[in-house]
Amino acid sequence: MKNSEPENLGAHSRRTFLKSLGTVAATAATAQVKSVAAELEKTNAEKIVGPQAVPVTLKVNGEKLKLMLEPRVTLLDALRNYSSLTGAKEGCDRATCGACTVLLGDTPIYSCQKLAIEAQGVEIITVEGLAKNERLSKVQQAFLDQDALQCGYCTPGFVMSVTALLKKNPRPNAADVKHACAGNTCRCGTHPRILQAALQAAGVATASKTEVIDYV
Amino acid sequence: MSSWPAETKYISHSTARIDAPAKVTGRARYSSDIQAEGWLYGMILRSKWPAAKIVSVNLDKAWQIPGIKAAVVARDGSFNIRFYGEEIAAVAGTSKQVCLDALRAIEVQALVRHEFVVNENEARKPDAAQVWDGTPNAPATPHVRENGSVDTAFPECAAVIEGFYTTPVQIHNPMETHGNTVSWTDDGVTAWSSTQGISSVRDGLAGALQLDHSQVRVITEYMGGGFGAKFGAGAEGALAAKLSKEAKAPVRLMLTRFDQALAVGNRPSSFQKIKMGALADGTLHAFEAENYGTAGIGGGADAGGGGGGADIPMPYIYKVPNTRVKQAAVAVNAGSARAFRAPGNPPASFGMESAMDDLAVKLGMDPLDLRLKNDPNKIRQREYKLGAEKFGWKDKYQKPGGSPGLVKTGIGCAGAAWPAGGGTRNTQGEATVNPDGSIEFRLGVQDIGTGTRTVIAVVAAEMLGLKPGQITVRVGDTNFPPGPGSGGSTTCPSISPTVFYICTKALQQLQAQSGLADARGENWFAACKKLGVSPLVVHGQWERGLSADHACGVQFAEVEVDTETGLVTVKKILGVHDCGLIINKITLESQINGGIIMGMGYALYEERVMDDLSGVVLNPNFETYKMPGMADVPEIEIVLINMPERGVIGIGEPATVPTAGAIANAIANAIGVRVSSLPITPAKILAALGKVPPSVNA
Repeated sequence: MKNSEPENLGAHSRRTFLKSLGTVAATAATAQVKSVAAELEKTNAEKIVGPQAVPVTLKVNGEKLKLMLEPRVTLLDALRNYSSLTGAKEGCDRATCGACTVLLGDTPIYSCQKLAIEAQGVEIITVEGLAKNERLSKVQQAFLDQDALQCGYCTPGFVMSVTALLKKNPRPNAADVKHACAGNTCRCGTHPRILQAALQAAGVATASKTEVIDYV
Repeated sequence: MSSWPAETKYISHSTARIDAPAKVTGRARYSSDIQAEGWLYGMILRSKWPAAKIVSVNLDKAWQIPGIKAAVVARDGSFNIRFYGEEIAAVAGTSKQVCLDALRAIEVQALVRHEFVVNENEARKPDAAQVWDGTPNAPATPHVRENGSVDTAFPECAAVIEGFYTTPVQIHNPMETHGNTVSWTDDGVTAWSSTQGISSVRDGLAGALQLDHSQVRVITEYMGGGFGAKFGAGAEGALAAKLSKEAKAPVRLMLTRFDQALAVGNRPSSFQKIKMGALADGTLHAFEAENYGTAGIGGGADAGGGGGGADIPMPYIYKVPNTRVKQAAVAVNAGSARAFRAPGNPPASFGMESAMDDLAVKLGMDPLDLRLKNDPNKIRQREYKLGAEKFGWKDKYQKPGGSPGLVKTGIGCAGAAWPAGGGTRNTQGEATVNPDGSIEFRLGVQDIGTGTRTVIAVVAAEMLGLKPGQITVRVGDTNFPPGPGSGGSTTCPSISPTVFYICTKALQQLQAQSGLADARGENWFAACKKLGVSPLVVHGQWERGLSADHACGVQFAEVEVDTETGLVTVKKILGVHDCGLIINKITLESQINGGIIMGMGYALYEERVMDDLSGVVLNPNFETYKMPGMADVPEIEIVLINMPERGVIGIGEPATVPTAGAIANAIANAIGVRVSSLPITPAKILAALGKVPPSVNA
């Protein structure tokens, strides 16, 4: 496998950083230290954002969301608190519960760990974006059919993780589902039902193991 | 007396949650999703010291942060801090970011006390630092209950075991943290609260804010779990209200995950020293136990001896003629305990069921036979027999440690009891029947996630001959007729008879007004049309004879233990449970699954860890406080014992009681030695097998 350095990582790439340093170093040979700093500031000025709010445009569920956000605002915070998209939930705000899972492109991510400014330019899908014309997606319908929710607070996150799995692998087995949901936490203990729902959405037949026996 | 219909279309069948579409699409607005007009973000500054005297709190610099609209102290004047994480002050501002900035800017002058104690065993010592000044952490004499004569009974026993069974402090960790959006205007206070008791929050807020009950309205349309920790308004509720008053704007103050682990409840620990003896035929004859445990600052001498979390039911579900039980709670510098799913029962079940298996080993008996010999409850007897057959107990059972190889299998079982679970008699509700045939129910209860809305729709549909989808259900508002808190497994047996009564009354009135002999089913719309222009409003309350309490249940566990790594894999749990008349089978199963999985966390993973030297909670987050994930969850099989003649009984709590005991027994059966301390971690298993030295803290 070829071990190539990525060509373009945006403003933070090692290569562009070194390049700009090179320019500055050449100037430094003939200039005062103060003006080196000034030069550096000028060179980097266009790359610095914040700390004050900056315009941010997010593409969420097929629509453009134009917001003014401090650069430290996370994608989750932007969705929940700067717009009315409260479907993604905050359960921990530190990448451990998965209630905030959204799709960035086709990838499920913890939206609490992504700065909103970094999420620009890529299609974001939240749980609100799955149902089309009031019609539930097949993953949502399977969650409903299998009772794969109790309090429902973790549900949007699980629905997104399962949706992402099925996009990548339309015929997953139980192990695939468990792997895909490893980053999501549920405290009500709905896990077996979520597994069943994911398999139902993938077209695998499932059956309840419960038996009802009369006492008398 | 009223009785449930014998033939049913919806009751005892499965109806998908009527609020599932809202929950799977993100349309459901939880308390933490409320965006009231002009709302502000709220946050709490918490103590970083386990014990301190707060001399002064200066909020000036917090006020100077642009965007900060309110800042308040938790208590006026100088006050004492008794645990790491106790509230000091709170701020409200236009964003989460400015609140974080403001919390850092608050200046706190404190006299830090180095005398504190967070370890139960240390706290019991006579020279321990006192959590409450001038009061011993544990009472001088424990609470004692005695029956018969243990001292003469033990020598009569053919076999006697002694064990020290311990359980840790468990944290509720609902997925939605505690919190509220509170709006305080001249008209009064409205709180959108993440609570399992809208009425208790209303009363608590009114008390804390010195308002009339009528001036406070609590709304909980959707909430993200509680498990017993979310009955009251809490310090966070009162602080949010004060911030709202000061800022003249609604304030949303949800706790962080960190806050949640420190200050809003937990299950007390238990340290159970048990001595138990049986006659040669296995009949339990003598039981002596001493238990202590901590409910944090909520336990100790001030709790009246046995209170504050140590008063677990012992010898639990068994009848022993000669018993002596001593119990004493111990106060430590940690957040107070709160009710937690079947309070007292999971630790009691773990201790007693472990002791039962240890005694069975000593007697050379099959532990299932020892239970059948001694369990006085007929329903559990039946459940054990049914379950054993389904589980294949006789075929699977091997003598402890008898499983060959490095990865050993084992099985275990345990029983549950839940003395509550009946109806709350002051439950009320109302329904509006409209001339177009639409019908709306309003009950001042809340759906904690058990499917309360759906239960209302199922019962109403059955009684009226309609479909559950035709019933509009509104809950979670103190403006509705009062309902019970979602606790004690009482919700379903409270609301089902109430809805039964409302429907019965509505049909009577509708039939009288319309002249139709039977307004149900296909006649419904014709009957409603005859109402003309005035809807029919029917008020009703809980009715006797349609519900009961005291659910039982037994569980069987099968585990695999890797004796080289100490890793436990739970392969299967079989739960055999009864809850009288089944209302909605699918949501009932979900609750049993949930009880089992939470019990599995208690058995294997969960424990609040505190640092003795600094007094801080070391794992106030999900990466270090471990809970079961999907890959940990075993195959779960459920058998429901249908007993419609008993009426409706709640199931939420009994389902979680026996799991830890059953798993612990299965592990002991697999490896041939007992790990008597929860959680049963790989380190404890390896230590029990003599492969590593025991941990200093274990």
